[in-house]
Amino acid sequence: MIDTIIHFSLILLMPPLLLGIIGKTKAAFAGRVGAPFLQPYYDLVKLLQKGSVFSETTTWVFRAGPVVTLAATLVAATLVPLGNHSAPISFTGDMILFAYLFGLSRFFTTAAALDTGSSFEGMGAAREVTFSCLVEPTLFFALISLARMSKSLTLSTMLTYTSPGIWITAGASMLLLVGALFITLLAENCRIPFDDPNTHLELTMIHEVMVLDHSGPAFGYILYGAAMKLFVLGAIFMNIALPARTGSSLGDWGVFVVGMILLAVLIGVVESIMARLRLIRIPQLLIAATILSAFAMLLILR
Amino acid sequence: MSDLLTFYNGSALPIGDIPAPGPDQFLQTLGDHLDRGWRVISYFGVPEGDKTALFCLLAARSEGQLGMMQTLATHGHFPSLSRHYPQLQLFEREIAEQCGLVMDDHPWYKPVRFHHAFVPDRDGWGRSSSEQIRVGVMDFYQVAGEEVHEVAVGPVHAGIIEPGHFRFQCHGEQVFHLEISLGYQHRGIEQMLIGGPHPRSLFQMETIAGDTTIGHGQAYCMVMEALAGVRPTAAAQALRGIALELERLANHTGDLGAIAGDVGYLPTASFCGRIRGDFLNMSAVLCGSRFGRGLLCPGGTIFDLDKELRSGLLKSLDTARSELTTAIDLLWSTPSVMGRLEGTGAVPHEFAAELGLVGPAARASGLKRDVRQDFPFGIFRMVHIPVVTGYHGDVCARTVIRWQEAQKSLDFATEQLRQFPGGGHRVAVPAIGANRCAVALTEGWRGEICHVALTDANSRFRRYKITDPSFHNWQGLAMALRGQQISDFPLCNKSFNLSYCGFDL
Repeated sequence: MIDTIIHFSLILLMPPLLLGIIGKTKAAFAGRVGAPFLQPYYDLVKLLQKGSVFSETTTWVFRAGPVVTLAATLVAATLVPLGNHSAPISFTGDMILFAYLFGLSRFFTTAAALDTGSSFEGMGAAREVTFSCLVEPTLFFALISLARMSKSLTLSTMLTYTSPGIWITAGASMLLLVGALFITLLAENCRIPFDDPNTHLELTMIHEVMVLDHSGPAFGYILYGAAMKLFVLGAIFMNIALPARTGSSLGDWGVFVVGMILLAVLIGVVESIMARLRLIRIPQLLIAATILSAFAMLLILR
Repeated sequence: MSDLLTFYNGSALPIGDIPAPGPDQFLQTLGDHLDRGWRVISYFGVPEGDKTALFCLLAARSEGQLGMMQTLATHGHFPSLSRHYPQLQLFEREIAEQCGLVMDDHPWYKPVRFHHAFVPDRDGWGRSSSEQIRVGVMDFYQVAGEEVHEVAVGPVHAGIIEPGHFRFQCHGEQVFHLEISLGYQHRGIEQMLIGGPHPRSLFQMETIAGDTTIGHGQAYCMVMEALAGVRPTAAAQALRGIALELERLANHTGDLGAIAGDVGYLPTASFCGRIRGDFLNMSAVLCGSRFGRGLLCPGGTIFDLDKELRSGLLKSLDTARSELTTAIDLLWSTPSVMGRLEGTGAVPHEFAAELGLVGPAARASGLKRDVRQDFPFGIFRMVHIPVVTGYHGDVCARTVIRWQEAQKSLDFATEQLRQFPGGGHRVAVPAIGANRCAVALTEGWRGEICHVALTDANSRFRRYKITDPSFHNWQGLAMALRGQQISDFPLCNKSFNLSYCGFDL
């Protein structure tokens, strides 16, 4: 019961903090003070208090986009184990539901973007769909590898099965998986080198351009949902990359929180020392990630 | 060559001495010279009654010579040469718009800035003078086809930049064609100057393009000095040179940072933003304004530069140089940045020459064009700054050129501060001459700035023509995008960093 409460508190409250940490890390690299760690929370509160403007050309799809996206992400967050703790909801085959909840949210985001009729948003939708096609196999190869190792189709079992010992027995596959999943994490969450979440240049954006027409609370849901997606995918990544176990329940929660903070710092460092990729180069890197996770699977099936 | 009056940068001549052949001979001479490698620096009309006097200023490839001629268009029509010489197209459209002179057979006959002609009841497009002209309303070039889509950007942009409208004809991510439509910043500066010089003229000059205060200000001062027949002192020349190079340094630093920012590379973007501020503060040391306002005046400079300020500036320059070097070296040593810059938005040498590009954009494409070298003025008659040229003409070349020019400017400014000449900084300027034509070219940080003044019998401006480097270079940006990815447009745009208000006047 306590674990469930902690699980829900973390998935609801912690995601914006990751963005704050990424921002602070980038500021440190640039020699600036940077916005406070809690700035993303302030932004969300500000947005929720604002009114909304809806274009006359849009339909219910445009309004449904942010809500469906946030709801789908929330459900996905309840399926994922955080650290060594099983998820509140889990059943056999929930990994498929997990993957397609993100598919559902993407569908609604792109549909809402197309609903505006703006040429920018159409461009962004085309890019998003193209790139996510390439990300999906990576995720599935990774999940299949984990399912095979843990002999289970439940996310909770698959992800809590990992332990420091597995790095000794199946180190090569784990290393490939970590590489592939880190690329997926950056691509799915529109981070540099794939997309620049801070840019104002609408012609270069992928994800941000699709939400240009949203405002007020709806935009707040989008930002919150995006932060939660980063949190959820980050939690999966950390389960594989850092399967440390302390033995005590509270200790494991501590390890998880520290691990997520480290991940945010790592993303901040990557964003600080790299430039964005040219748009036509992105598929190449995504395919490389697919190949990495495919090899990880081959090594495990062998 | 008697069909052109040749002279040097910064001189004034009687208008009567300028050869005035008939239109046919005028066009023949123009074509002949362009074929021989001359290029057009300025080409403008002076509407008078139902006639239009046309003046053309050409530059020789070498020898530092400028050539000028004039003709009189007596009908409302004049033949266009743009089909054969693309560098003329914008000049001819401008003449049509300002003087209401219809340019026959112009391949791209559209308004430039969307305003009425200087004289009422004449219009290059047959619009009545009561009709309100709306900026940006015209027939854009369109590519037809099922899979072609059009993307319109602006005039209101997401960043804090000037307004301009861009139309892309795209096939997926690939750009077939980009058309740029400006005019939103038109303030009518050239109209205001007719009948001048007014007391406020100098201040208007300083704000033609707010980031090129010294470049335009110095050109105006040179025009006034040429018309009055005075020469500024050595100290004034040196001070103007230092100010011009500080302006170049501030803007090049800002651009290098902005290019880094556009590819998402934060460290250089942040450092350059601050170092640009340091250079602006050095301009403030000269005259109290970070943008160099109120430093120049015809006859010299308003402020002097004493020894204490000079040693302070030398110290700041030294610090800025080492910091800038560190920040920029990060760019070259980061493969992901270089991968983004190299091969993006290339303008081949031939295109650049044909379009008549100027400034860093031209030099990046391998054109050796620099007013400081080709038509030396002021301090640059005595001290030469080496010209840096690139080869590939891509974003990377334009970035490298900016950095190399910044280094040369640092050397120059340091040297000038060390050996600053003594003597006064300002001489009195007598009344300006009547019926004269003065030409002044300076090398602003964007490139060649050209001011031409024609005075009437009462020594007032009959016409004052300003050509900002952006006027030559916008077409270069459009060509740089051909066949490129639309997502690379912001980066290409930044690597040119052209002025909207300098173009719109």
